[in-house]
Amino acid sequence: MSIQDKIRQQLSSDKIVLYMKGTPQFPQCGFSAKAAQMLGACGAKFTSYDILSDPEMRQGLKEYSHWPTFPQLYVNGELVGGCDIMTELYQKGELQKLVTQAQG
Amino acid sequence: MMQPEDIKQMIEAGLPGARVSVTGDGHHFEAEVVAREFAGKGMLQRHQLVYRTLGTKMGNEIHALSLRTLAPDE
Repeated sequence: MSIQDKIRQQLSSDKIVLYMKGTPQFPQCGFSAKAAQMLGACGAKFTSYDILSDPEMRQGLKEYSHWPTFPQLYVNGELVGGCDIMTELYQKGELQKLVTQAQG
Repeated sequence: MMQPEDIKQMIEAGLPGARVSVTGDGHHFEAEVVAREFAGKGMLQRHQLVYRTLGTKMGNEIHALSLRTLAPDE
């Protein structure tokens, strides 16, 4: 299975997916930590993947999404964005709406 | 190490006519970009347009770049 297929499979098996550096419990980067916290604050049940432990996945995601950095949030298989887009959505209450709709 | 001036020039080269201001400490940067290419586009597409001007630098020499992207009339 190619990396791109593996990514597609991961994105189709969970509604909310966060690719991050480290884990929600042990984030390895401030931006990844903030992204996980915001999702937690919205009551999101999400699956996270640590791209530091999978360099092939890390490169594959950059090509898949044309997004060069992490964290990367996906809802219903669609890229929502990185930490600063999540922050802006969170402040406007739109991240909560996204999470509620996805988990509804 | 990357300097704000380097990033400013790359974005301006990739988005001709854009007004760009960049600050940062060498690893984490903030940039405000006003470009007519942003009109009618969502935040995600706007950020992707900026990242494309930075090529492989993004996520490597540039650890993080938080963006404010505006169309000329915003």
